[in-house]
Amino acid sequence: MEPVSLPALSRVAICGGTHGNEMSGVYLVRELQRQKLEKAGSATLTTVISNPRAVQVCKRYTDMDLNRCFTDAILSSPVTVATPYEVRRAQELNTLLGPKGKLGAVDLVCDLHNTTANMGLSLISYSVQDWVIMHIYRQVQRKITSAPVRFILLDLPLADVYSQDSLGKHGFSIEVGPQPHGVVRADIFNLMKEAVDQTLDWVQCFNSGSAFEGGEVDDVYTFVKSVYYPRDPETNQITAAIHPQVQDRDFCLLHPGDPMFLMFSGEIVKYEGEEVLHPFFVNECAYYEKSIAFHLARKMTVTIPPLQVKRD
Amino acid sequence: SGWNRIINNVARRVAIFGGTHGNEMSGVTLVNLWIQNGKEIHRKGVETKPFITNPRAVEKCTRYVDTDLNRAFTTENLSAPSGDDLPYEVQRAQQINEIFGPKGSPEAYDVIFDLHNTTSNMGCTLILESSKDHFNLQMMHYIKKAIAPDSCPVLLTEHPLLKYSTSRSVAKHPIGLEVGPQPQGVLRSNIFESMRVVLKHALDFIELFNEGLEFPPCTVDVFRVSEKMDYPRDTNGNIIAMVHPNLQDCDWEPLNPGDPMFQTFDGTTLRYEGAGTVYPTFINEAAYYEKQQAFVTTRRETLAAGAIKKT
Repeated sequence: MEPVSLPALSRVAICGGTHGNEMSGVYLVRELQRQKLEKAGSATLTTVISNPRAVQVCKRYTDMDLNRCFTDAILSSPVTVATPYEVRRAQELNTLLGPKGKLGAVDLVCDLHNTTANMGLSLISYSVQDWVIMHIYRQVQRKITSAPVRFILLDLPLADVYSQDSLGKHGFSIEVGPQPHGVVRADIFNLMKEAVDQTLDWVQCFNSGSAFEGGEVDDVYTFVKSVYYPRDPETNQITAAIHPQVQDRDFCLLHPGDPMFLMFSGEIVKYEGEEVLHPFFVNECAYYEKSIAFHLARKMTVTIPPLQVKRD
Repeated sequence: SGWNRIINNVARRVAIFGGTHGNEMSGVTLVNLWIQNGKEIHRKGVETKPFITNPRAVEKCTRYVDTDLNRAFTTENLSAPSGDDLPYEVQRAQQINEIFGPKGSPEAYDVIFDLHNTTSNMGCTLILESSKDHFNLQMMHYIKKAIAPDSCPVLLTEHPLLKYSTSRSVAKHPIGLEVGPQPQGVLRSNIFESMRVVLKHALDFIELFNEGLEFPPCTVDVFRVSEKMDYPRDTNGNIIAMVHPNLQDCDWEPLNPGDPMFQTFDGTTLRYEGAGTVYPTFINEAAYYEKQQAFVTTRRETLAAGAIKKT
């Protein structure tokens, strides 16, 4: 591939507490603020607690999920007395870190999340052709050996991307699990901190002119579809738990015929799709309200070009 | 010698409480299952009543609505004049006391099992409120033997300051089942099935007892609660350190003076400075951050249970 040169990343934002009960990010942002970390080499660093009201009550959100409020449509919707808190807050964050899609936006948004799923360290973004993000992923994957590191692609046009990371010119989420909501585990915190440190390290190297060679990155997973909990048609109650052979086995293979759910009555519900896919976000607490047991993904490898900062 | 038989009445009325905390999903799921079809919990000669104690919290999938139901069964609350202005859980405690109590009276239910989950790595823990409850001690002895080689630690909460007024305490023989680790709001198959198996053995014990089987004297190893340990905090009350990686998930394992206990956010280790070895539990329970508890220390003890037999 042809080498690519891109503008320097002069403004970087680290966001925690987008979901108020995902504690690693909350404590990491507070720690960065306590240390008064305002620069990463030549880049300025902004740290934000994205949803302070939700953090205060240690809940995912107060009115609605903040991390679904960053579509173009919601960001430009008129505010009335009925507007949910998180929509107003999303518009405030768009002013602070954006405007989304415009020249004034920060160069890089890194949004910190936890999951109850056994996903290790996952970087999540909406494009596999943002070479800044792909090179950051490659560095994080090479340098971090204490946990598996993977990339998840939620392929959407920018206007429809609903997550906070879409505010910046480049953006991604760092998702670390498993951790119960409302809890801070030292091993999970330390893993997230390592990922943030590697990200800022990469940014500094990039800005100071390092050349990053091209190549292939693997363990890239593209969202295909969601799998829902089985429910009793009369009572609407969930009638099964995720099968022990899928529980805690995010990113492993699910073949047609493999068990998916273990009914409370003892029967097994099997995967009846035709394609071998990879479950992820297996048994994420926040997805029960959408009745989602897990997502399924296709695995792929991405070729990335050599990258260097654009010299004026 | 323990062979002075402790004569017990038949255990005729048994309740199984789920949803005392609305986001502890194993108990909510099991009780809802058994409300629909109680075949699995049916035992000869005993009424087994599954019951959701905090339905509003269950509906919102939250621990509680106004106040923790599992701390609400104080004498003060139970004897307060009833009224809509009382916190929801206090009203609920009064209702539960009427149905399953009154606490301390001969009319109270014989046995109540209260089903809980914890984010701590406590396995299948049984919670005992009194060291002199020979019926409960014998049941716990039976359960431990039945699930061996898997273990079933027994936590004794008898303590002048640390004991709290639980929903199950309205019964003559209250038993807590605390199974973890499981995040709040999540249902894990393995945790669900473990709780189900423990309850099966507990009900088998009750059936055997009611049939007249005599249980000879025995001993039960327990962990008696000793001291509550909070997170280190700054002057604003914010926590400044996390449970140390060496202590995390090590419930029921010895913690010796000098062992790592907490790790600050910038990586410094803080060590345990007690006088002797303790056995921590409830390590990093999500619900206890607001109760100023990172873990609780316990000490090992062996309790003697006298022989029991139905009259």
